[in-house]
Amino acid sequence: MSDFVSEFWNLYVVVIVLVSILACAALLFIQSKATFTQGKTMGHVWDETLEEYNNALPKWWSWMFYITVIFALVYLVLYPGLGKFQGILGWSSAGQHQAEVAKADAQVKPLFDKYMKMDVKAVAADKQAMEMGKRLYMTYCMQCHGADARGSKGFPNLTDNDWLYGGEPEKIEETIAGGRMGVMPPHAQLGADTIKDVANFVRSLSGLAHDSVRAAKGKETFTSAGCIGCHGPEGTGLQAVGAPNLTDKTWLYGSSENTIIETVTKGRQNQMPAWKEFLGDGKVHVLAAYVYSLGQGAK
Amino acid sequence: MSETQTTYNYKVVRQFTVMTVIWGIVGMLVGVIIAAQLVWPELNFGPWLHFGRLRPLHTNAVIFAFGGCALFATSYWCVQRTCHTRLWGGPLIPLTFWGWQIIIVLAAVTLPLGLTTGKEYAELEWPIDILVTVVWVSYAIVFFGTIAKRTVSHIYVANWFFGAMIIAVALLHLGNSCEIPVSFVKSYSCYAGAQDAMVQWWYGHNAVGFFLTAGFLGMMYYFVPKQAGRPVYSYRLSVVHFWALIFTYMWAGPHHLHYTALPDWTQSVGMIFSLILLAPSWGGMINGIMTLSGAWNKLRDDPILKFLITSLSFYGMSTFEGPMMSVKTVNALSHYTDWTVGHVHSGALGWVAMVSIGSVYYLLPRLFGKQEMYSTKLITVHFWVATIGVVLYIASMWVAGVMQGLMWRAVNADGTLAYSFVEAVKGSYPFWAIRVLGGVLFLGGMLIMAYNMFKTIAGGNTQDVPVVAAAAHHA
Repeated sequence: MSDFVSEFWNLYVVVIVLVSILACAALLFIQSKATFTQGKTMGHVWDETLEEYNNALPKWWSWMFYITVIFALVYLVLYPGLGKFQGILGWSSAGQHQAEVAKADAQVKPLFDKYMKMDVKAVAADKQAMEMGKRLYMTYCMQCHGADARGSKGFPNLTDNDWLYGGEPEKIEETIAGGRMGVMPPHAQLGADTIKDVANFVRSLSGLAHDSVRAAKGKETFTSAGCIGCHGPEGTGLQAVGAPNLTDKTWLYGSSENTIIETVTKGRQNQMPAWKEFLGDGKVHVLAAYVYSLGQGAK
Repeated sequence: MSETQTTYNYKVVRQFTVMTVIWGIVGMLVGVIIAAQLVWPELNFGPWLHFGRLRPLHTNAVIFAFGGCALFATSYWCVQRTCHTRLWGGPLIPLTFWGWQIIIVLAAVTLPLGLTTGKEYAELEWPIDILVTVVWVSYAIVFFGTIAKRTVSHIYVANWFFGAMIIAVALLHLGNSCEIPVSFVKSYSCYAGAQDAMVQWWYGHNAVGFFLTAGFLGMMYYFVPKQAGRPVYSYRLSVVHFWALIFTYMWAGPHHLHYTALPDWTQSVGMIFSLILLAPSWGGMINGIMTLSGAWNKLRDDPILKFLITSLSFYGMSTFEGPMMSVKTVNALSHYTDWTVGHVHSGALGWVAMVSIGSVYYLLPRLFGKQEMYSTKLITVHFWVATIGVVLYIASMWVAGVMQGLMWRAVNADGTLAYSFVEAVKGSYPFWAIRVLGGVLFLGGMLIMAYNMFKTIAGGNTQDVPVVAAAAHHA
């Protein structure tokens, strides 16, 4: 979109820029024509001793000034600057970016084309591909999942072969390409006491210390409040919606009673960004293989 | 004419001069702390003393507290002495001193509390912005009021620069601080998106151009010829570089926003005016350094002159580096790296601080009725400690900056980045450590100065001296 909503602003920019540049040169030119008396003062004295010589402008300095003015004018002919005029080279920063991306894409395309023809498991077995995968991971993934891929609070550990959305190669590729939106709805309406019961039941599922009376009450709420809808009657989760298995030792936000109460009360919103458009199929494919290989190490 | 009208007002100059040294120490100490936090992240204690909150405190303290007090002191000294009249403005004069000190203290309280507009170098929230406006307008009235009642016909060149600084900073402050309060301690900018960024850097670059350049050139034009005892090299050069400098600086802001959402044409205009700015900037350096021609020997044993002339060398270096870094292709490498930090400090420590230090050493004995500073030897020590400190600082940031820029842009054959961000951070550690050392040296120099200052003040005589009659025109 043009920055200039009316032709006036285009003309305004053109005129004010050119006049301003030429004014600099004019100031220099006119002042250079003054009468100089080298080594003589201007005749004014301030504060007892302050005086000024009427020396000429240094020639090399004047030339340096003129050269920058000429450079500015030439630049404005070649590059955008004078309002809407794009410059005769047709350069733009967006164009430069697109050209550089296209060039880089063309360079790396054959490399990734090779792996696109192989399935994820085969790519995961390819040493060169895994080196590339690691570099991709270190560039795009480690900010959330960590340099060691072990994640942190709210960011899944990728090395434990425990998967929210499924660990099959296709599922991993789907997760990276399309991203994921994990939503645990808030249940504050249940009331603090009931939520504490539920938290104790949830802890009991994975054999953590709990109050068995509260856990028994919580079990009823787990069904009646609809927790089973996502986490299943046994609490083993549902990968189709990314609902975590509550019976294992993996906790995305933490297993303490207080943390679980917070999770149930306020809910959780979690997002894995979609990378397909940004990285392209080839890089997503190699990354999927790399992430798959991370999980294999756990067995 | 009353008795007080026949003397200069030295009281306000004394106040601002002493506070220049005090705030210099405070601001630079915070600088050393945040530099150390980058090397030893363990030094981030709680939210109040975290790097993110101390960094704006450092920049505000050195620019507006140290630099500001230096500008007030020197401009008040210069304007009354070169206008041959007592400072005009009555109660407005102490108001500028006490008001400015209150603003500094408020900044030192609010910034660690996390109260900020988020605009670099304009972080202070709206109530403080209003206070700044009141003080600054008072400053303008005092300064131009004194100019108006001058007893000489011509206005000395230093006053052109101080005057331009006062007018431009008023304009910048009002333009960029346009904000909508939502509570007593929070406001939002009137501008949005790329326009907000443009206004911010129009302000930001001109804060450098007028507060830190024009104002300090005013200082230079008084103290260099005074200390050298020589006439200014070229009146005509001062005319050309003054008008070209104040006119061109106003355009240069967009070079802070290369390769951003700012339209390409705006970026280009910012870049070419930054290049045109080279000659007007160097005009000041030439006029200052050439003033010494024929008296170079004075440089050998006058440490005050050493400070002043070294500051001009750093000024020349920074104002060459600045236009160079504004070129898009250079900026693509230098932007967001420590190179920028190095560039800023070659200006802030090498130019602004050194010219202020030289000027304060000139002022102190005269303000307190002494012949000279308590120890000239300590000034020399200060000079060398400070110079080594600046050089260590700038050189380490150059190396770190170029290294970071090259690491960030390096790619593997498969198009991935050759280095993760953390690797560039790790590679920067040795240079950040050298920076701490440079900062400690510079701060150490300021402590030597404070000792020398208090020894000079001790037993000093604070009588105001009579106004000198203007010399007859003898052209």
